[in-house]
Amino acid sequence: MHATTSRRARRTIAAVTGSAVLALLATACTGTNSAGGNDDSASGKDVTITFWHGWSQDSETKAINDNIAAFEKAHPNIHVKAVGNIADDKTNQALRAGGDDAPDVVSSFTTNNVGTFCSSNVFADLNPLLKKDGIDAAKTFPAAMLNYTQFKGNQCSLPLLGDVFGLYYNKKAFAAAGITAPPKTFSEFADAAAKLTVADGDGFKQLGFMPNYHGYESTTEHFLGQFGPSYFGSDGKSSIATDPKVAEMLTWQKGLVDKLGGFDKLEKYRASFGDEFSAKNPFHTGQVAMAIDGEWRTASLATDKPDFEWATAPFPVPDAEVSTYGRGYQTGTIIGIAKNSKKQAAAWELVKYLTTNTDAVVSFANAIHNVPSTFEALNSPKLDADANFKTFLDIAKNPNSGTTPASVNGGAYIVSLQNLGYDYESGKQTDLAAGLAATAKEIDAAVNQAK
Amino acid sequence: MAIAFGSRKASAGLPVPAALRSKRRRAAARTLAFLSPWLIGFGFFFVYPLVSTLYFSVTHYDGFTTPTFTGLKNWSYVFNDYPFFWQGLRNTLWLVVVMVSLRVVFGLGIGMLITKVKTGAGLFRTFFYLPYLAPPVAATMAFAFLLNPGTGPVNQLLGDLGLPAPGWFTDPSWSKPALTMLAMWGIGDLMVIFMAALLDVPKEQYEAAELDGAGPVQRFRYVTFPNISPIVMFAVVTGVIQTMQYYTQAIVAGKVASGVIGGSGQQFEPGYPQGSTWTLPQMVYNLGFQRFDYGSACVIALILFAISMAFTSILLRRKSGFMANED
Repeated sequence: MHATTSRRARRTIAAVTGSAVLALLATACTGTNSAGGNDDSASGKDVTITFWHGWSQDSETKAINDNIAAFEKAHPNIHVKAVGNIADDKTNQALRAGGDDAPDVVSSFTTNNVGTFCSSNVFADLNPLLKKDGIDAAKTFPAAMLNYTQFKGNQCSLPLLGDVFGLYYNKKAFAAAGITAPPKTFSEFADAAAKLTVADGDGFKQLGFMPNYHGYESTTEHFLGQFGPSYFGSDGKSSIATDPKVAEMLTWQKGLVDKLGGFDKLEKYRASFGDEFSAKNPFHTGQVAMAIDGEWRTASLATDKPDFEWATAPFPVPDAEVSTYGRGYQTGTIIGIAKNSKKQAAAWELVKYLTTNTDAVVSFANAIHNVPSTFEALNSPKLDADANFKTFLDIAKNPNSGTTPASVNGGAYIVSLQNLGYDYESGKQTDLAAGLAATAKEIDAAVNQAK
Repeated sequence: MAIAFGSRKASAGLPVPAALRSKRRRAAARTLAFLSPWLIGFGFFFVYPLVSTLYFSVTHYDGFTTPTFTGLKNWSYVFNDYPFFWQGLRNTLWLVVVMVSLRVVFGLGIGMLITKVKTGAGLFRTFFYLPYLAPPVAATMAFAFLLNPGTGPVNQLLGDLGLPAPGWFTDPSWSKPALTMLAMWGIGDLMVIFMAALLDVPKEQYEAAELDGAGPVQRFRYVTFPNISPIVMFAVVTGVIQTMQYYTQAIVAGKVASGVIGGSGQQFEPGYPQGSTWTLPQMVYNLGFQRFDYGSACVIALILFAISMAFTSILLRRKSGFMANED
């Protein structure tokens, strides 16, 4: 009897424990909730939606709040609860968890996670909504911006202002070096960088250009924007080892590193740079005479007022592709609707307003000094654009401008290529073809792992 | 009573009185009630996460969609295709061996020196303990500033003295030694526990050793160390576990030194320079929260757990644990 009782008790405990573990696992393994599209906002019912964004500075939050206020005025029954200073990590967790406090609309400063968001259906596909409202995305948004907001035809996000990269140059240093115009080709650029470089013992008094990949915005993907590689083939596999443009860029950059003094010397000089987003930025302080940077630098320079005149131009292009001069790398902020939001109709109204209403886009671009993300806004007379800022508007409109495509595993392939770049510029990797082949294999394995 | 508490074989066929069964049930319920806070905590905070981690390690799970069973695919990816794993493992083991050893030796040395100081001991204690209270992020940023090869005062001083100036956090061969220096700077925790142990050593044993003609080295070897060895073991075991989880200082140092702060379109991955500061905990974050590959992140977490367990078991087996030496 005792043994029977003991055995029964053990079975009961085992069953209860097993059930509890299964229940816990099931809870943990729950995927995304089902979407809820109709929230009756179209029929005038009061709806409150939650909008998470990353802006945190006073001027930025004022700008987005002004836009939201204008939206609420135009849609009196839709109320927006805006939550700022949200990083992607927190967004990811909230979208996974769902619940009443989860956001309905989300914006992100990085485009790298778009592929993940689209492929895992975390964000709703906006194609049906665009079609329903008669919005032709290809005629509304520049091609590169449209490219980085979708993945394999799933337009799960839209661009909400863009970032465009071009050349900043110190006019005083140019005059001192006898350079009369910004370089258009890489040959001209290398000559200018060398002329602008002033040695100081083992270091530099002034460096023409910091080509090292850690030199703030001088990254592999930003440089590759001047070459226009494909990154992935039609079979979805990495094409960096077969597309000659990638090897061409890495070779060009390495040549520039060597021409300007070598990797170690440049790294030592780079260590003396101040913070990128401060008045100690090496271009502001005159430590470098040319820099590749985003359009936001125009506002920083206007605020910090360095003791020299500066100007902007498109970043140079390979000598053989001078006809594409005017192109550049583009990225930007994206905005999407949570797939598990129960207020998608109201959420779409907000997304549509913020991304396609020309006045909203222009006023927001003027306030935070980003590039507008629609053709209409780019050509709007209300846009505050001096000659320096206009450079970036033109790059955004240039059909040759490009971006890094969305991938199922986010920006992992960019990191893989970046790591090859670090190894090649430092001399750790000398066989470029072998390095590219190994990196392509690494990218394919990571993509396969993510599927 | 004899029957009730006899062997299971002997009692198997005999009826148990109802009163005794009831008493046993009450005793079992009481025991469970007293144990329940621990059982609940253990279940929710250890068993459940461990079982979940094991489960996720054999699934494809991106944090958004329902996990699907993939067998050992994640394990194969981590060991064969994830390009940072082996370097991260080497870095982590380097830190475990070098950083823990040096911290224990340094902490013990500082503790011994301060227990010997006759005047101003409180001041020295405060001086050595205060760095331990500095938040890791702030401390690492301060070190990155001090050791900046271009503008930092340390290299300027070394240059003035005609000594070679290392690249510290920007040089792959110096980045881990620089992190070790940072860890030794915050030695306050070990110093305090070693001081407590050293002050607890009976003075009579030192007097007896001196009478027997023992010098300082022999006194340490035959008196001090046997008395404090349980504390040394405690410091080593906790140091190994902490270092296996080494994350904040490595990622902050790499990020500050690289200058990449993850601006628009930039993609930052830890390990700067040249992967020399990659550690396994950073890979858990990288795979789980940057690449949304929770399955592979769980694989790394389990490897960390296994290595920590192995280190701890070996250390405790080689020494008789925390038992005081009473010979």
